[in-house]
Amino acid sequence: MNDEPTDLLAKGDPRLLLLPLARAAVPGCTAVHNARRLTGGANQETWALDAETEAGAVPLILRRARGGTLQRSTGIGLDAEALVIRTAYGNGVPAPEVLHVLSAGDGLGKGFVMRRMAGETIPRKILQGDAFSAIRPRLAGDCGKALAAIHAVPTDGLDRLERFTPLSRVEWLHAHYRATEQVSPVFAYAFAWLRAHAPDAPEKPALVHGDFRNGNLMIAPDGISAVLDWENAHLGDPAEDLGWFCVPSWRFGNLDKPAGGFGTREDLLAGYGAAGGCIPSPDRLRFWEAYGSLYWGVVCARSVDEFRGGADPSVERAMIARRASETELDLLRLIAPRR
Amino acid sequence: MHDRPDPCEILTAAAAFLRRELIPALPPELSFKTRILANALDLVARQTAADGAAADGTHARLAGLLGREGSEEELAADLARRIEEGAIALTDPALIDHLWTTTLAKLAVDQPNYASYRAETGAAGLQE
Repeated sequence: MNDEPTDLLAKGDPRLLLLPLARAAVPGCTAVHNARRLTGGANQETWALDAETEAGAVPLILRRARGGTLQRSTGIGLDAEALVIRTAYGNGVPAPEVLHVLSAGDGLGKGFVMRRMAGETIPRKILQGDAFSAIRPRLAGDCGKALAAIHAVPTDGLDRLERFTPLSRVEWLHAHYRATEQVSPVFAYAFAWLRAHAPDAPEKPALVHGDFRNGNLMIAPDGISAVLDWENAHLGDPAEDLGWFCVPSWRFGNLDKPAGGFGTREDLLAGYGAAGGCIPSPDRLRFWEAYGSLYWGVVCARSVDEFRGGADPSVERAMIARRASETELDLLRLIAPRR
Repeated sequence: MHDRPDPCEILTAAAAFLRRELIPALPPELSFKTRILANALDLVARQTAADGAAADGTHARLAGLLGREGSEEELAADLARRIEEGAIALTDPALIDHLWTTTLAKLAVDQPNYASYRAETGAAGLQE
């Protein structure tokens, strides 16, 4: 991080430092209030702030690289993320409205400012909260509809996103796995299985969100207010998003409800198809669900290196590393069931 | 030979202190992190107990599958390599049996409350 001379936000008064940004995002902004760093974003810093105007406060979110310029190797970078969110928003996807992309003149590194949406992202609250009991029965269908909208976004202006076939996606993940130095015969089994079962690439690659799951969805009592965290967006097989959404790790204990822990696969696919999505075959879905468990397993395994290497020596990081075995069990259940 | 109580008993007492006395007195973010710490102590206690029990057979199964000797770590790496190279069929019943047995033993230490593990073992488990 030596390439960043000073991280102003770490040291100065955020209300003053964020004022020029807030003015760029919200014309007529007179002051910044309630600036605070939110927890929860592991890869990037997220700040909440309110831009005061004569017409009232405008709630904002600032996403920026942690410490200004540090960006994770797997993410697409904040500039590309802002572009993808803008494109998705402009094409009717429930996504936050990007109001300002940081430039060098802002002096705060890379990032962007977007409108802060009302709602809840914490899975347990969405799964159990009374405020969401009315929306829960149709939430899986609404997720299908949101995914269909994402996959229908024209990809013309998105050339800078990486493009994958199902097989090249597996090899991309394999490179990350090899970099972890972790040894897992179950992961090896899963890679061999995925290579043997990779479906054909779709004729035209679609915009794939890459992390559409319970936890990255802003849910209001009346429906999905925004799909968040676009840093894994790429071009590829849209069925990847459907499979990832159903991975057991994101069911939060409700194994019989593959769609985010709140709905069935059938509800999800019905909503997806009704909104114009092309419903993939069960084999293709199973491939991407297996890929999803393996992907999460590799992320967990990579935590060992972050923990031991000092990048994140927290107890939480150590415990995430020990969750790789959860994905090993889910992989066996899916692709190597006991007789 | 050390005096009693054994490490598991001490870790269990430490985790109980965190949950019953410390966590209720902490602000939300510290309370969240301390719950993770209590879970970590539980994990170490489970692993300590498992390591103290008789060998779980993983090493012997690996040697049998591969037809050679070596440390458990070496053999696991060799198995992973052979699986990826296709030298062992994905349908091999002995392979599948080994992967299941090894994985269930890992889960018993790592996350015995994980829903998929409870579904496989029929354990009632605890609701968080």
